[in-house]
Amino acid sequence: MATAAAPPRPRMTGRNSREMGTSTRPHSGQGGLAALLVSPTVLVLVLVVGFPLVEAFRQSFYGAPGIDPVTGFVNDSEPFVGLGNFADIFTDHGERFWNAIGNTTFFGIATIVPEVVIGTAMALLMARALRGRGFIRSAILVPWAIPTAISGLLWSWIFNVDGVANKILGTSVLWATEGFHAKVAIIIAEVWKTAPFVALLTLAGLLIIPNELYEAARIDGASAWQRFVNITLPLVKPSLTVAVLFRLLDALRMFDLPYILIGPRKSSVETLSMLAQNEAYNVRYGAAAAYAIILFGYVFVIAFVFVKVLGANIIDLEFGGSRRSPRASHRTARRREVPR
Amino acid sequence: MPLSLTRAAPVAVRTALLTALLVVLTSCSASPGAGRRDGPETFTELGPITVASFKEPMVTARVAQWNQQHPDEHVTLIELPHGSDNQRQQMIQNANTKSDAFTVLNMDCVWTAEFAAHRWIQELPEGSFPLRDMIPQTVDMARYRGRLYGIPWASDGGLLYYRTDLLAAAGIRNPPTTYAELKRQCDTVLALPEAKGVACYAGQFDEYEGLTVNATEVINAAGGHVIDRSGAPTVDTAEARTGLNLLVDWYADGTIPRDAITFKEEQGRQAFSTGKLLFHRNWAYLYNTASTPSRTNVVVGKFAVAPLPGFSGPGTSTLGGHNLGISTFGKNKGTALRFIQWFTSEDTQRRNLADAAEAPTYGALYGEPDLVRKYPYLPALEQSIQHAIPRPSTVRYPDVTAAIQSRVYAAMTGATTAADALSALRKDLTHILEN
Repeated sequence: MATAAAPPRPRMTGRNSREMGTSTRPHSGQGGLAALLVSPTVLVLVLVVGFPLVEAFRQSFYGAPGIDPVTGFVNDSEPFVGLGNFADIFTDHGERFWNAIGNTTFFGIATIVPEVVIGTAMALLMARALRGRGFIRSAILVPWAIPTAISGLLWSWIFNVDGVANKILGTSVLWATEGFHAKVAIIIAEVWKTAPFVALLTLAGLLIIPNELYEAARIDGASAWQRFVNITLPLVKPSLTVAVLFRLLDALRMFDLPYILIGPRKSSVETLSMLAQNEAYNVRYGAAAAYAIILFGYVFVIAFVFVKVLGANIIDLEFGGSRRSPRASHRTARRREVPR
Repeated sequence: MPLSLTRAAPVAVRTALLTALLVVLTSCSASPGAGRRDGPETFTELGPITVASFKEPMVTARVAQWNQQHPDEHVTLIELPHGSDNQRQQMIQNANTKSDAFTVLNMDCVWTAEFAAHRWIQELPEGSFPLRDMIPQTVDMARYRGRLYGIPWASDGGLLYYRTDLLAAAGIRNPPTTYAELKRQCDTVLALPEAKGVACYAGQFDEYEGLTVNATEVINAAGGHVIDRSGAPTVDTAEARTGLNLLVDWYADGTIPRDAITFKEEQGRQAFSTGKLLFHRNWAYLYNTASTPSRTNVVVGKFAVAPLPGFSGPGTSTLGGHNLGISTFGKNKGTALRFIQWFTSEDTQRRNLADAAEAPTYGALYGEPDLVRKYPYLPALEQSIQHAIPRPSTVRYPDVTAAIQSRVYAAMTGATTAADALSALRKDLTHILEN
């Protein structure tokens, strides 16, 4: 990777310099105070994250209570089944689980690709448009501002048999029925809703690219496409990566859109979150907890891999290409380099 | 922004957040131990209580009326969210935390077995209610293993709505009593020029509770059962196949229009009142809605109702309706019992019928001339309810109905044959009922 050292730019320091918010290393003696100050946050995290997590793990080891054949009453205690709830996904009854994890993964990939393409295009438009810039920016953000439950309802009207979608396409597709078209409906609605989010984060990245780079490229005779590929894309990549990561984590726990737009228990669109919710709805909290934990693990692994593979790049870009420890790179961050 | 945060915050915080969300969703522990009582409940404590119910102006009005007459036993109405799934979930959450927030529960009649088996609701003393005057099927829906856990205050049955103007145009006098006759009438009527754009028949066929209702109706009408009286799944029979095949064949040949696979009650109502259906199976509420003139309603004065058709004689409706029960964890159960006695009484139900067209559970009210004049569909509805066969009564009703819906839906959309769907359904039900 060839990095061209660029001289410090006065325009950028101050407005965009990265060191502004970086923390200083706590001096010895401040550790106690720091721990004290951070403890309320830790306490809240333990309460709202730690406890439910542990409780979910505990719950996932228990099965649904049986029914006493004599009285007809449901037993008081839930049987301990160990890893039974997890093992169940490998039996005949795991069919629904594998379908759900397949849908979850499919939606994760199939929504992010168009979101990135459309989001980037929107960002370019928002960054360039001079007249009516404010209007375009707010108009593009409207879908993101609408609660998913509401946009799910709106799209269910659009995808109605007599709805706008069929009128425009000249078809009479029954979008809400089982089948691939139900997946397509979800992808369209989801992309419509969240491409603005990608656009917003990408726009933030676009705005910090100095104009001088484009001027220099133009003088060197680079075409618009070359400028986009060699300047815009590499420089906007950190923001784009963060946007993709956020979107991926969001998409993997998708629940409300398919639930409202297509409906619960439809195998074409049932995601892992929906399956967990449905098990809890059927008073099988053990199985529900097990599915939730599997989803947690799945999301965690994907996020971890994502950050490991692409995360190094984020740091590279943000901290002047230094491959040293974070603190060292912080000290050298003042000497900002523009890669490639 | 500190580097460590840049790197880890999105992952750690977001995974943690979503876990917390999911876990909150799923971590309510189910252990109904405290509901157990040593002696029988005596229903003597009086005092303020609450009623957890769906939103309905009529219920609000009744509660206000009670409060006026009983200032010492104040009833607070807790309106639950729209949709019976959500109401059920709220009641289960209340029971799981053994909260006394709800005293009287307004329950869908298919929840009885589940709520009673979990001991979320209290057994009620038979002698305190005029059960003999009520239509027996409605009281049966409030029993679990022969014991009484609720009192029905509203009933409902399926009706066949039909276009009188179109039948008359074809010279047909009486509505069909069998499905074969219905199909013949369709063939005659739909050939007429005035029946352009009209489809033959629709019920509720989307994959939800309505599909269970419609499927069990045809299966029962053909002499089959989804689950027999002893609680065994007996859905894989020739009779049940005849029943299900009716829906499958009609959907395949267009007797049931293609978009009916997305119909819930509301979509069906729209199709019927905009003149797109000749015959429509729906509940009693549609009568008043379809009689109210509006810009899009073209059937005012042009329709009537009949009991559901069958295969060789009158059909069998499934039974809808609501029961009032008492939460095991509620306080002042004496007042709760008195309130239920009052709310389910014949007088209150007469008023509910007159004010809000709520179908009563007292057979006598269906014959009162004043009421019949106001609601001409009452005789047909009474017949529908009298011949009704309840949906399967089982503790694991949510799983049972989900299995029925998914198998019937697959058969109707042609993904499987009716025979395969029913044998798969029997396997599903056996597995569900075993556990």
